[in-house]
Amino acid sequence: MPTPTKGPRLGGGPAHERLILANLATALFEHDQITTTEAKAKRLRPYAERLITFAKRGDLHARRRVMTVIRDKGVVHRLFTEVAPDMAERPGGYTRITKIAARKGDNAPMAVIELIREPYSPKKATVKEAEAATRRSVKEQQAVEETEVVDAAEAPEEETEVVEAETTEAAPETTEAAPESDETADGGYGPDSAAPLEDGSAPEGFTVKGNAGSMKYHTTESQWYDQTDAEVWFRTAEAAEAAGFVAPGGASKDDDKS
Amino acid sequence: MAVPKRKMSRSNTRSRRANWKASATTLTACPQCKAPKQPHIACPSCGTYAGRHYGTAERTEYQG
Repeated sequence: MPTPTKGPRLGGGPAHERLILANLATALFEHDQITTTEAKAKRLRPYAERLITFAKRGDLHARRRVMTVIRDKGVVHRLFTEVAPDMAERPGGYTRITKIAARKGDNAPMAVIELIREPYSPKKATVKEAEAATRRSVKEQQAVEETEVVDAAEAPEEETEVVEAETTEAAPETTEAAPESDETADGGYGPDSAAPLEDGSAPEGFTVKGNAGSMKYHTTESQWYDQTDAEVWFRTAEAAEAAGFVAPGGASKDDDKS
Repeated sequence: MAVPKRKMSRSNTRSRRANWKASATTLTACPQCKAPKQPHIACPSCGTYAGRHYGTAERTEYQG
């Protein structure tokens, strides 16, 4: 049995609520994308997805069940012949709600609800997760190497060999970075890091902010750069990465940079 | 019908109202256009969210 909806009805009475939801569903299947309030969008989502499940079944009985809600035959036809084939592969999650800025008159939170009709690619999420996990483990290993190297800064050749064995791309940066290490104060995260000055500003030549709480670094390109309080500053993004910090915004932003 | 027994003093009225405070909205920079926007909400200046564009999300200063 479906969980009963909490809170007051939309509109004021059960009949009014049924009408509102039916009309919203009709509009959604007609236009693919509608703008409504967030509360209505959230109530519409399970309702509309259930109708799509009927449409995917596609037989006469399913069509009659849908016809009890959506009274417009043209819209029902569109749902069964155009929308349902697009959803054939998709195991649920047929709609997407995106919040948009509040309505001007009454400051009601608004949202766009749309049918997801682009082709379904099932493996995407798990593959991304796995990639992120491998990248994280490589970085952690690098960070361990880096701390060892700081103790014995006299042997840069040995360090390059180790890093090269792990990732070929990170190797040149670390070799460049190693000789500069003795001139500035160490920020606690390897040779190319520095603690912020007393007023919180950056030491000269250091442009990348590091957030020790989240272990993320922010270059000047980052959308979060201005709002980040730097606990540690880095000379380059590579130095931050070598110290175990990760790029903000998850894997998608990572791909843009490389 | 219940009615107030005493007139409410200006002091009491004002000390009650003094506690109505507004709080600042959390803002973040749009990854697309760098304009300030609320997190988890499509950008009101360029209308993008997670790389998708929503025309209805765009707002000017005068329109709601």
